[in-house]
Amino acid sequence: MFTSLPGVLFDGVAYGSLLFLMSIGLSVTMGLMRFINLAHGAFAMLGGYVCVVGMARLGVPFLATLPLAFLAAAAAGAVLERALYRRLYRRGPLDQVLFSLGLTLMSVAGATYVWGSGQQPMHLPGFLLGQVRVLGVDLGIYRLFLVALVATITAALVLLVRRTRFGARLRASVDDAQASAGLGIDVTRVFSVTFALGSGLAGLGGALAIDVLGLDPTFPLKYLVYFLLVVVVGGAGSIAGTLAASLLLGLFDVSGKYYVPAAGAFVIYALMVVLLLLFPGGLRRGAR
Amino acid sequence: MSGFAAVRLPDARWHPAEVAFWVALAAAPFVFPGHLVLGSQVLITGLFALSLDLILGYAGIVSLGHAAMFGAGAYTAGLLARHGWGEPLSGLAAAAVAGAAIAWATSFIAVRGGDLTRLMVTLGIGLMLYEAANQAARVTGGVDGLSDMAVRDLLGVFPFDLAGRTAYVYSFAVLFAVFLVCRRIVRSPFGLSLRGIRDGARRMPALGSPVRRRLIAIYSVSGAIAGIAGALLAQTTQFVGLEVLGFARSADLLVMLVLGGAGWLYGGLIGAALFMVAQNQLSSMNPVYWQFWLGLLLVAMVFVARGGVVGAIGLARERILGRAAR
Amino acid sequence: MNLVNATAAVIAGAALLFAAPARAEGTIKVGLVAEFSGPFAGYGKQIQNGIKAYMKQHGDTVAGKKVELVLKDTTGPSPEIAKRLAQDLITHDKVDFIAGFGLTPNALAVAPLATQAKTPMIIMNAASSVITTKSPYIARFSMTLPQVTEPIALWSAKNAIKKVFTIVSDYAPGIDAETAFLKAFSSHGGQVVGSVRVPLRNPDFAPFVQRAKDAKPDAVFIFVPAGEQGIAFVKAFTERGLQKAGIKLIGPGDVVDDDVLEAMGDATIGIITTHHYSAAHDSKENAAFRKAYAEANGEGTRPNFMAVAGYDGMAAIYQVVKSLDGKMDADRAMQVIKGLRLESPRGTIYIDPETRDIVQSVYVRRVERLQGGLYNVEFDKFPNVKDPGKTAP
Repeated sequence: MFTSLPGVLFDGVAYGSLLFLMSIGLSVTMGLMRFINLAHGAFAMLGGYVCVVGMARLGVPFLATLPLAFLAAAAAGAVLERALYRRLYRRGPLDQVLFSLGLTLMSVAGATYVWGSGQQPMHLPGFLLGQVRVLGVDLGIYRLFLVALVATITAALVLLVRRTRFGARLRASVDDAQASAGLGIDVTRVFSVTFALGSGLAGLGGALAIDVLGLDPTFPLKYLVYFLLVVVVGGAGSIAGTLAASLLLGLFDVSGKYYVPAAGAFVIYALMVVLLLLFPGGLRRGAR
Repeated sequence: MSGFAAVRLPDARWHPAEVAFWVALAAAPFVFPGHLVLGSQVLITGLFALSLDLILGYAGIVSLGHAAMFGAGAYTAGLLARHGWGEPLSGLAAAAVAGAAIAWATSFIAVRGGDLTRLMVTLGIGLMLYEAANQAARVTGGVDGLSDMAVRDLLGVFPFDLAGRTAYVYSFAVLFAVFLVCRRIVRSPFGLSLRGIRDGARRMPALGSPVRRRLIAIYSVSGAIAGIAGALLAQTTQFVGLEVLGFARSADLLVMLVLGGAGWLYGGLIGAALFMVAQNQLSSMNPVYWQFWLGLLLVAMVFVARGGVVGAIGLARERILGRAAR
Repeated sequence: MNLVNATAAVIAGAALLFAAPARAEGTIKVGLVAEFSGPFAGYGKQIQNGIKAYMKQHGDTVAGKKVELVLKDTTGPSPEIAKRLAQDLITHDKVDFIAGFGLTPNALAVAPLATQAKTPMIIMNAASSVITTKSPYIARFSMTLPQVTEPIALWSAKNAIKKVFTIVSDYAPGIDAETAFLKAFSSHGGQVVGSVRVPLRNPDFAPFVQRAKDAKPDAVFIFVPAGEQGIAFVKAFTERGLQKAGIKLIGPGDVVDDDVLEAMGDATIGIITTHHYSAAHDSKENAAFRKAYAEANGEGTRPNFMAVAGYDGMAAIYQVVKSLDGKMDADRAMQVIKGLRLESPRGTIYIDPETRDIVQSVYVRRVERLQGGLYNVEFDKFPNVKDPGKTAP
């Protein structure tokens, strides 16, 4: 049983990295704007469909569709933030839930209308298929690619947040938006750029997820819970917390399915309730 | 409160429009005999929405997992009927207890924490129960659902007919009875204190009001009512599917309540009626259209209602109906 | 939104509901309850297409009455929706037959209604053995999982497959398949080295396939609902290197459903399954069926086993109406159906009068690339298989 452990752990890490990529945008916008955005998954879905359309209709190779997915989702995020989200920052949670729920429904209906309700077929390029034997364990090449890519992006994000001026402004705004505005930081601009960046990363995640999670119009609703779970458990606004929560979730989900298939998804939700009881503020803030 | 002049509670008299509303509902079996199946579904969902109104409209708790209590009630009634105890009214009572128990047990986590944590916890509990029911397929039937329910005749006299007449009258009677109880609750000092909590929870302890206990109490009552609604559904359809615990049911419920307006008891009933009738019509034409326009409606509502959806509807209502609106 | 307006709105809204449709004397109404949207949308579509093919060949009038189809969409495994729709069909549209049922949970929920309303219920796909026992007015024209699973167990035991790992979807047909395979395979000397059940909705196959691989079986037995899940599963199977490790893939034919086989690609070549219908079946009736199907639904469209069930179910309905000379009576209708024998595009079929379930030949097939594309080519058969799910003690 334990010979399979490294393989299962690796799968869990791969799944967790994917979740991280898709959820980090949500985490930062929740921490920054205190906005409950249930529609975040729609941006991931958009990235997924851009990838599929790019490959199937326009003949673009898979790797080239990834930046396209990012840009499309980022652009959509920027436009929506400026037009709609911005006006709702001061509203209560109910209004935010209703608005983002409405947006989600529209995106699901729109995707069904344009692409039909079935799974989108997608064929990865040959060099990403198959497995490779590393230290006696068969690892999927695509999953290795995922982990490497997400690790790189995470490093870049950390650099962005810690070493750049923008990052400093972002951290200041997360800590106290009012005070930051008082110091002359253009908080509105920070919000916009962050939202766009977060949506773009979600779009990229969505495109990468097609092979692992599949893509159909109900994607935003299906995985909404996982995104929210990661953010709430990890602590909104924290990269480290979100990363830890994503990896934890990925590991538990995959190991649960492997070792205790009869328990199914119950493990994850039970884990979430337990974690929320122990760490009401998220992993970042520690036990109460 | 002794020594002070009696506190003036909101008007307990019935507005003529209210009377008209209930009479219209009672008359439905005679006016629309062909649509009683949908009719009882509307009543049951309205009851469910009523239970959410108690915690959302009056206590300010946003829940995305209210289906947990509904489903608990449905499975309780279903399992009782399946295993030999088919008497409807006692099944209803058992379901109320089940719903209240789940609500009470989860209230401790649901009433603390910020809005987001609360939302996540209610969502998580709903999903957990769904998965648990899914896994316990030997008991609940899992995806295949719980059937072979032998629900006995109502009051020993009225069998549940195919046209749905008994179901409608049964649902109506239960809904009306529960409504009367809720009306009493919200117009009592307890109900007023809930509104105080909703509007400014920090100030309430200063008034000597035990916030947590009140919230736990109303949450449990709400759970009991949701359980009753679930049992009604199980008994009138003689079937329990996993969807009674699903996220879609919780989310749809929230939408219905907001459509009709939270905080005045009738909002849930009207929202449920509008939502389900419209869904019945539009969905059968094309489910995609229904979803899209519903989404658009929600977005529009949030933007048009400045000061919040609940606030705006409340304002309009107050202007037209006066004090009776509260 | 004030109360008076609201009440008026509710009444007006209710009035907008369709008035009770006129019950024309000269029509036979068939209510088709199936999946037309959502992840199982292909099911309702194939059933409906099969029906269309039949009506194209035989016209839409029988015994002087016009046959009218009323479609209702269950949107997926949603038993409460199916039940409500069936109730609508019975009380509102006053149908003479309820037919369709792509998924077992939906059929199970509607069964009591068939008894209560005395309406014949024609199952055109749902495959769990227990369905026909739920009402004396149910007859099935598709197949049952034990019926099509037992043959693959027997074939595998005879063909050097000793150890098998089973993966099935966690609902009645899946459990039926798992039980039937286990029983038949072990009683012929085989060994089931592991079993998992995956959730019916949104299954994630990767961990389960990995577990199967780690158990090092000779073959993996798979049953998932036909269509998209089959595609996802075969993808995970090849991606994880099970094929490379020499592990075979066996199971009932759902995983290589004709509807999606072409889309699954060459990874499927060589997969051996047992099922009651392949679009490549070589017979006069099948050739005519395929022709009518293409005419009714478009050039190049391919029927699958659900379309055949729709076709045969419709044939039975026509037969009933003809025998009763258009005067519908549920008990006499069931009398006609019990013992009914038809020359179906799949072979000869027969409705067992005791169980009202279908008796048919089950073929062993292998996926090969023919001139027209990928097909399940039959190379052996088990004739006249009754549902072992019922005959077994």
